[in-house]
Amino acid sequence: MRANRVAQSMALVMVACSAERGGVAGDGTGQAALEKVVASSFRARGQAGLDRLQQSEMQRICSREPTDQLPADLQQRLQREALQSVRFPEDGRWLGKWQQGEKIAQSGTGMQYSDAADAPRGGGCYGCHQLSGTEIAYGTIGPSLYRYLERKGAGSDAMQRAWTQIWNAHAYNACSVMPRFGDAGILTPEQIRDVMALLFDPQSPVNR
Amino acid sequence: MQTRPSSHALPRAWLRKAFAIAALACTEAIATDPLSEYRRMLADDNPAELAVARGEELWKMPRGPRNASLAGCDLGKGPGVLSGAYAALPRHFADTGSVMDLESRLVHCMVTIQGLARAEVTAAPFSERGAAQTDLEVLTAYVAAQSRGATIRVPQQAQDELDSYARGRDLFFRRAGPYDFSCASCHGADGQRIRLQELPNLTRTEGARSAFAHWPAYRVSHGAVRTMQWRLSDCVRQERLPELLFGSPASIDLTMYLGVLASGATMDAPSLRR
Repeated sequence: MRANRVAQSMALVMVACSAERGGVAGDGTGQAALEKVVASSFRARGQAGLDRLQQSEMQRICSREPTDQLPADLQQRLQREALQSVRFPEDGRWLGKWQQGEKIAQSGTGMQYSDAADAPRGGGCYGCHQLSGTEIAYGTIGPSLYRYLERKGAGSDAMQRAWTQIWNAHAYNACSVMPRFGDAGILTPEQIRDVMALLFDPQSPVNR
Repeated sequence: MQTRPSSHALPRAWLRKAFAIAALACTEAIATDPLSEYRRMLADDNPAELAVARGEELWKMPRGPRNASLAGCDLGKGPGVLSGAYAALPRHFADTGSVMDLESRLVHCMVTIQGLARAEVTAAPFSERGAAQTDLEVLTAYVAAQSRGATIRVPQQAQDELDSYARGRDLFFRRAGPYDFSCASCHGADGQRIRLQELPNLTRTEGARSAFAHWPAYRVSHGAVRTMQWRLSDCVRQERLPELLFGSPASIDLTMYLGVLASGATMDAPSLRR
């Protein structure tokens, strides 16, 4: 029943995509031709199996130019589904150790075929965000998170929102470029607690 | 006093440059301006020239079971014509009925003209860190160097050239894998960087030109010439996807997409990269 609904909506999206593409190109284009190219262009290596090439419905919908506006109903649906995917800490404990969080934020290791499958994974946060005031090698794809506590406060709403953003950023921003660190199982809930501490602990270099 | 023989003076100059290059390689936290300053300073002594020279030797050397050189290889401008050929690739080739980039075309020539086994030629297309450059890398560097100064004109005439571009564009935005990344996740907006590394916006002419015109490149941090196929493959690794196969249809379509966007720019490869 559920699988049937998923298949139906996938078919709908595929129709929408091929209609969108059109253009001067011939039979060698469109969804089927594209998937044929994908199927013949990769090989499994290390921990990266060929199953990673299969797109989820969200990934398919979000395979568009950043400037290409997502229709409002799709946007709302993706955000609703993302919000439903979030699992909050069962014991109500939001914060771990900021020192561990800083290590996780610094490390971009994890899930590449060149990474050992059992190596501890990082979040690669500094790849895209400014966090600590002393780390100058930060990327600019995401917003600065420097002085996070000062800007957001330590209320449970702010904690819940930050946890949701880390778990599945599509909850607030459909088709966000930020990986779904919780939903995709990139970081463990314990690691997310540590990253939360980096953001909210008054002693964290983010807030000092 | 006798003048110092030039054979001694040259290595000394090289040594100085090598120190500068090593300093560049170690300085991860270097800002934009010093970097372009280093590039300007090193431009005349790009170590890629060593690979170009080795590539020229290989191109002219009779090799393989047929003991033939690559002099008869047709890269799109006629057998043996190298000048400007790289600036017009990828393109449709009538003899294979397919679109090929430089690297896959070189493999085709090594197989059909020299009689080498495809599996052997493509088994390890990229050199390991610290190891000697592969035949494909030096041949790519040599052929690319013969297009320095040529205007990039990647053709959009044949139907499969148009199709390749359209697929390449779709592939560029195709999100997949545990991190939900596409090429556009990093290369879809202006003025972004990962850590301190600037990311060209490859969906726009300016960014595509800066990238396409400069590969292959001598990667200072690798101490080796890296090719466009390598560049794409290593991006895909960081996207957390499985290994992009050398010369695969997806790699050629992506190169076609970038090349068409970059058309009109002046080819300046092999260049020097961090």
